[in-house]
Amino acid sequence: MRIFVKIIIFLILIPSKSFGLIEVDITRGNLDPLPIAVSPLSIDENSRQNFEKILKKKNIGEEISKIIEVNLKTSGLFNPLNKDAFLQAPDIANLKPRFEDWNLIKAQALITGKVSYVDDKLRVEFRLWDVLAGKEMMALAFTTVPNNWRRVGHIITDKVYERLTGEKGYFDTRIIYVAEEGPKTQRIKKLAIMDQDGANNKFLTLGNELVLTPRFNPSSQMVTYLSYFRNLPRVYLLDIETGTQEVVGDFPGMTFAPRFSPDGKKIIMSFAKDGNSEIYTMDLENRIVEKITNHPSIDTSPSYSPDGKFISFNSDRSGYQQIYVMKSDGSNVKRISFGKGIYGTPVWSPRGDLIAFTKLHKGKFYIGVMRTDGSGERLLTENFYQEAPSWSPNGRVLIFYRETKTDSKGKGFSAKLWSIDLTGYNERQVPTPTDGSDPSWSSLLSN
Amino acid sequence: MKLSKILKNGFLIVVACLALSACATSKKTTGQMQGDVYTGTDTVEYLASGVPDRVFFATNESVLTTASRETLRKQAAWLRKNSKITIVLEGHADERGTREYNLALGERRANAAKDYLMTYGISSDRISVLSYGKERPVDSGSNPLAWSKNRRSVTVKAN
Repeated sequence: MRIFVKIIIFLILIPSKSFGLIEVDITRGNLDPLPIAVSPLSIDENSRQNFEKILKKKNIGEEISKIIEVNLKTSGLFNPLNKDAFLQAPDIANLKPRFEDWNLIKAQALITGKVSYVDDKLRVEFRLWDVLAGKEMMALAFTTVPNNWRRVGHIITDKVYERLTGEKGYFDTRIIYVAEEGPKTQRIKKLAIMDQDGANNKFLTLGNELVLTPRFNPSSQMVTYLSYFRNLPRVYLLDIETGTQEVVGDFPGMTFAPRFSPDGKKIIMSFAKDGNSEIYTMDLENRIVEKITNHPSIDTSPSYSPDGKFISFNSDRSGYQQIYVMKSDGSNVKRISFGKGIYGTPVWSPRGDLIAFTKLHKGKFYIGVMRTDGSGERLLTENFYQEAPSWSPNGRVLIFYRETKTDSKGKGFSAKLWSIDLTGYNERQVPTPTDGSDPSWSSLLSN
Repeated sequence: MKLSKILKNGFLIVVACLALSACATSKKTTGQMQGDVYTGTDTVEYLASGVPDRVFFATNESVLTTASRETLRKQAAWLRKNSKITIVLEGHADERGTREYNLALGERRANAAKDYLMTYGISSDRISVLSYGKERPVDSGSNPLAWSKNRRSVTVKAN
């Protein structure tokens, strides 16, 4: 009955949204990505020279379109076509595409645009065209400081993605993670932040002390993480813009596994004392600390539901690590994982309907998802070691880290970031300058 | 160039011989496990003569084995004799678990050792506990023996 209602709503919503134009179905594995032509953004010679001076890029229009292209390709939903086959010049295409030409190379959608230098600023306009229908689907313009040129490429991708899939994008986002170097027995770990595509990598700590598990707050300005500063493992708060740091709360022992509440006002974490780890929250405004769980087992890896009403966590109260859900005041604790193996690191999807997790079964590690009542378990990827999924802000992609098995001499260790679609398709390594682990995806920086 | 290569190879052969002969004599006493608890002495250091610095655990466990209790009684005796020494118990886990759970598990293991030392008269004032989870393995191998060496609580002098 309920499914029936959903289908009806679906039928009503979709046509009104897309006006019968092209659309991309992202709910199943897309084995047939949409062919799209990204025409280089055109640029007049005067603007080109100005931007070359400021940004040291020969043709900023081409650079921005490259970013769009790479984004669309990594999403797995689009197939950006080879530019060599484009027949129409970028500036003319932006005025009025010759749809027959674009049809000829099998493009179903076309992106055109123009970059200009206006009052020391970067002005970018772009258009999205439906090639088959011969219609403009969207036209937008942005003006920003020239240094923001990469973000412009990401924002355009978000707009195109949203227009063609009906869901928000995730390209104008950042990843915070732990950069790793050195031998496995003495890893040096630093907090690092980068754009979702791996660009603009920046180290936020020097590596003097061990740091683990950074997580963004919903506004993406603040990060909470675990630092071994002075050999006292404690949860810290870091303001990325100002660099100021502070310890969260005054606990007589290790605090770890921090995350923000969805409104960003609380931190939820574990506090370990006398061999027992419990879940606590601390209100960042009034500093009030609340104990949420009360059980002699290990309770950790807490994560709020997006409405803030529930908390998922893992506990070994049944003998092994399993996933539980409770109300945010700690009442109504229910175990939800009942499959074979042990389960950890539950993270609630931003859409609220799924919980992603790590599972260990028969010596293999899996990243999977289940409904919030534990039903519908689906394993997305299997490997020697991988864990700690984090959701893209639109709930379509998971980023996690994977470690390699060492050889008989203990050599060959590496840790890398990977992403995979909720569908289980489109698994790919996320580029980082060093090894990386514990990734956390920010929310959309704009809109 | 060539000469150094020859020398290098020669050196390698010598090392290999040494390693082989070492293996032949010491294989019985190193790299042992009982169940999946490490019982060898490969990685063990000594706080004083006859006082091993660490105890080992089974997978996912923080229960002290008979051998671990014996080690801790020796540590307690040594601590009673050296009453000014304070210690840190560093709890560790192997790499086959999630990072956060392992932090909790390391803390639980170190506290198991702490509790036992306290029952032998060592004041909790002299003991602090520090969990490293899976962050500081002693053996970088990805095999059951390496993991057994890494599931440990190490007693470290703090002063």
